Amino acid sequence: MATPDLMDFETALELFEPVLGFEVHVELNTKTKMFSAAPNSFGREPNTDLAPVDLGLPGSMPVVNEQAIRYSISLGLALGCSIAPSSRFARKNYFYPDLGKNYQISQYDEPIAFEGSVEVELGDGSIVTIPIERAHMEEDAGKLTHVGGSTGRIQGASSSLVDYNRAGVPLVEIVTKPIFGAEHRAPELAAAYVRTIRDIVIALGISDAKMERGNLRCDANVSIRPRGQEKLGTRTETKNVNSMRSVERAVKYEIQRQAAILAAGGTITQETRNWHEETGRTSPGRPKSDADDYRYFPEPDLLPVVPAPELIEELRAALPEPPAVRRRRLKAEWGFTDLEFQDVANGGILAEVEATIAAGASPAAARKWWTGEIARLANAAEREASDLVSPADVAALQALVDAGTLTDKLARQVLEGVIAGEGTPQQVVDARGLAVVSDDGALIAAIDEALLAQPDVLAKIRDGKVQAAGAIIGAVMKAMRGQADAARVRELILERAAAQ
Amino acid sequence: MSGLIGLTAAELATKLASGEVSSVEATRAHLDRIAEVDAEVHAFLHVSDHALEVAADIDRRRAAGEALGVLAGVPLAIKDVLVTTDMPSTSGSRILEGYLSPFDATVVARSRAAGLVPLGNTNMDEFAMGSSTEHSAYGPTHNPWDLDRIPGGSGGGSAAAVAAFEAPLALGSDTGGSIRQPAHVTGTVGVKPTYGAVSRYGAIALASSLDQIGPVTRTVLDAGLLHDVIGGHDHNDSTSLTDLWPSFAEAAREGATGDVLKGLRIGVVRQLPDSGFQPGVSASFHAALAEMAAHGAEIVEVDAPHFEYGVAAYYLILPAEASSNLAKFDSVRFGMRVPVDGTVEDVMSATRDAGFGPEVKRRIILGTYALSAGYYDAYYGSAQKVRTLIQRDFDAAFAQVDVIATPTAPTTAFRLGEKIDDPLQMYLNDVTTIPANLAGVPGISIPSGLSADDALPVGIQFLAPVREDARLYRVGAALEALLVDSWGAPLLAKAPVLGGTR
Amino acid sequence: MSEFTPELVRHLGVLSRIRLSDEEVERLTGELDAIVDNIAKVSEVATADVPATSHPVPLQNVFRPDVVGDTLTAEQALQNAPDSDGVRFRVTAILGEEQ
Ligand SMILES: [Mg+2]
Ligand SMILES: [Zn+2]
Repeated sequence: MATPDLMDFETALELFEPVLGFEVHVELNTKTKMFSAAPNSFGREPNTDLAPVDLGLPGSMPVVNEQAIRYSISLGLALGCSIAPSSRFARKNYFYPDLGKNYQISQYDEPIAFEGSVEVELGDGSIVTIPIERAHMEEDAGKLTHVGGSTGRIQGASSSLVDYNRAGVPLVEIVTKPIFGAEHRAPELAAAYVRTIRDIVIALGISDAKMERGNLRCDANVSIRPRGQEKLGTRTETKNVNSMRSVERAVKYEIQRQAAILAAGGTITQETRNWHEETGRTSPGRPKSDADDYRYFPEPDLLPVVPAPELIEELRAALPEPPAVRRRRLKAEWGFTDLEFQDVANGGILAEVEATIAAGASPAAARKWWTGEIARLANAAEREASDLVSPADVAALQALVDAGTLTDKLARQVLEGVIAGEGTPQQVVDARGLAVVSDDGALIAAIDEALLAQPDVLAKIRDGKVQAAGAIIGAVMKAMRGQADAARVRELILERAAAQ
Repeated sequence: MSGLIGLTAAELATKLASGEVSSVEATRAHLDRIAEVDAEVHAFLHVSDHALEVAADIDRRRAAGEALGVLAGVPLAIKDVLVTTDMPSTSGSRILEGYLSPFDATVVARSRAAGLVPLGNTNMDEFAMGSSTEHSAYGPTHNPWDLDRIPGGSGGGSAAAVAAFEAPLALGSDTGGSIRQPAHVTGTVGVKPTYGAVSRYGAIALASSLDQIGPVTRTVLDAGLLHDVIGGHDHNDSTSLTDLWPSFAEAAREGATGDVLKGLRIGVVRQLPDSGFQPGVSASFHAALAEMAAHGAEIVEVDAPHFEYGVAAYYLILPAEASSNLAKFDSVRFGMRVPVDGTVEDVMSATRDAGFGPEVKRRIILGTYALSAGYYDAYYGSAQKVRTLIQRDFDAAFAQVDVIATPTAPTTAFRLGEKIDDPLQMYLNDVTTIPANLAGVPGISIPSGLSADDALPVGIQFLAPVREDARLYRVGAALEALLVDSWGAPLLAKAPVLGGTR
Repeated sequence: MSEFTPELVRHLGVLSRIRLSDEEVERLTGELDAIVDNIAKVSEVATADVPATSHPVPLQNVFRPDVVGDTLTAEQALQNAPDSDGVRFRVTAILGEEQ
């Protein structure tokens, strides 16, 4: 059989205790790369944002980006970590075509930040403390496109194309210690942890944090052990799970998969696994024959990072409030009920709602958009709400509603246009001609025509049966392709009926 | 040697500045010399197509009254380890055949900016791994003193080019002696600056924590002039020192007066006994010391108990770093590709098998081993500790003396092929030069004379504390002046005639 | 004697992506054994109290401001490529057929 059976989740939890661990890679939004002055960009033409070192050209050398150091220290502090008095870079040696030098400059035995913890809030409002082992700096790799196989998969491909634009983008890798006691909330905790890291880096302003773009990537380590057993089970590492919902699903899947294997007397293979969004399954990852021997050694082209205590204190003083404190503050500021606030917080859209309010929308309107229409569309598209539309656009959309330019219904159409990439709300309004028709002349013409076409209705209205106006409203709205304010149409119908 | 090619760079620069000679004339004279003798010497892998154009441009700018650098118009040979935008750079390897860099090495860019005229790229052991230039993928270079003998390595091409008067100046790189040892066997001058004194940006890395770029010349003053051009901070090299350096040409001129020898304390390492050297080599060494002592220097024996671990530490650190530095040659972005059937891993492995020579493979395998899980502490980790111990030896010695002197290498030029099948023997050649690279201190090799046993050149090496490169130019120039005076002519005047035009 | 075996040399060849012939493996096993015997003596003096030196001249905090500088043109980036589709580097299949 290709895939093992899954054990029912509740049964799995009765028999086994899950132990989690996470490695989250955060791409920093510096202007330039970690070790070169090439732009740190996204979506540009392949192989155009490169300096010699990003391609590993002969004679090229790395030079550390100071801003990346500051961002890394800030992130370390926000994770409650100690900042190493001296840290250094190391080479992680392995061959892969997306690595320009066939080693990744990373940190090994001396990471910049270590030993911290972060508080994660679950849906029921309970707080779980996640122990952080370390946060270290490293560089991203290039991007491979697989050609000649099915659906761009590496399996069956006949060749691969390499774009090194992403090579050298600064990363911070955050590694947790083993997380015990999550129990049946393990999947939820996984998503909540990633959401918290995302909230932190957004609050710090050090990453664009778009999971869809790979700004934030989570490797989820899952192992289970039989109830009462001391020894940890063999773990699997599911790589590059790129949305919060997927992290949640992947962790749940792995618990169920591993439980089924163990219950059937099998053993778990220590391996990396790939997450498949479409099928909701994981599969064995690419074989990494060198994985056991990266031959780390101190990067001789770079020097130790010894942050001045004053710098650390300066960055500490500038830290945004911790997520839990921030949540309490925002809830009070916005005047949301517990339920309303949890909707926002658990939807992973706290930062979006906050930014939308900052851009001018009322808290109620911001919440309504993000937990309503946007969440619905995100769900349908199986994407993160935050990836669909920017807070600035949502605020602009609401401003058009407030100004009477758009009805709620029209606004939803405009939102779809914005998500489809047609531009800002105003641009969509202009391009699609969606604004409310506020020109009474056009409305009156349509009303007169409708009244003329339905003399019986006109008679009823004249007789004081005002509710009969509904039929005319319908006809007028149809003629105006929905772009009219129904209340105004009703007013005008009554006027015109009386006048005829 | 007569005519334009016989001039030192300093002399040529004076004639260029006065207008007595044009850069085109000087450049053409050297191109003619290359055409005449390089078939025998094989110092060059590539001769520039642009040299005369560049020279003409310098002449034009000079005629227009532009203020030019001291060495403007003087030809320069460039070791093939340095990338250049107008010539292929291969580091002596088949795997990089035809490689054209989109950028210039910093030392090349600075040389161009100073008006030097690149003549071509010089031969070297593949990826600078070797002491004989026999490991070049493009055939060996021959020692101008005896064409059957090695010119040293890895920078045998640069040393032979200046020794054969094919270029007045050359650039070299020194990871364990690759500038100094070729100078020793070719009767020329070579300087390994303090680690970080000269930018490594654009030098195809062998062992990043050991590599240094430096001048290869016929006189100490010429080395100082070139060092002044290429040295100083470069923000593209993180290990580049930010120090403001004195003029090394000035230091050489000052040293030539001989005043520096009065009261100079010269250390001789007890752990490098005469028994470790060819008799003619140690005789020449002691004669040079005696000459200096006669002019006021004091010879002091110093201890360096950990020097004997230097070769071992070096042959762990170098292969380890090299195994990583050379991983980039994988057939994906540049260089050779052997398109075998199979996966990208098969293509990479076949390419690296075909593209690397035996010495390179040997060191990559050795370095991969030294860094492997389970061996790191015993090998690489221990070697880095030996580095500390050797630095301490230097610190203790330099507390007693101003410079340390050693013969530059244990023997004179050996015959081509003599040691090629015995890597261990080959490695032991570097016993005197390696400690400087491990500790980062500067070193210079200047000719001390001919060995009585085989009439081949011998070099004396001086070492100074980190950042005291100027001291080496003073001391080197002082001894050079005394010796040239006693010989009546530079040592190279005794070299055999090449090409029949002396 | 050190522990070099043909199997170890072959494994190191895989790690370093060099396809070694049986002949090469045989030769390297002997050579490396002799070399490692010789250089293993570093551990004699490398005691726990001696710190390691990875940079011969100590420096720290060498940074670059976060300012965009010169970049390669796409043409320069690809000028030495053994194979490309015109904008990206091309390599042969990463996985073998059985995978
Ligand atoms: Mg990881
Ligand atoms: Zn990582």
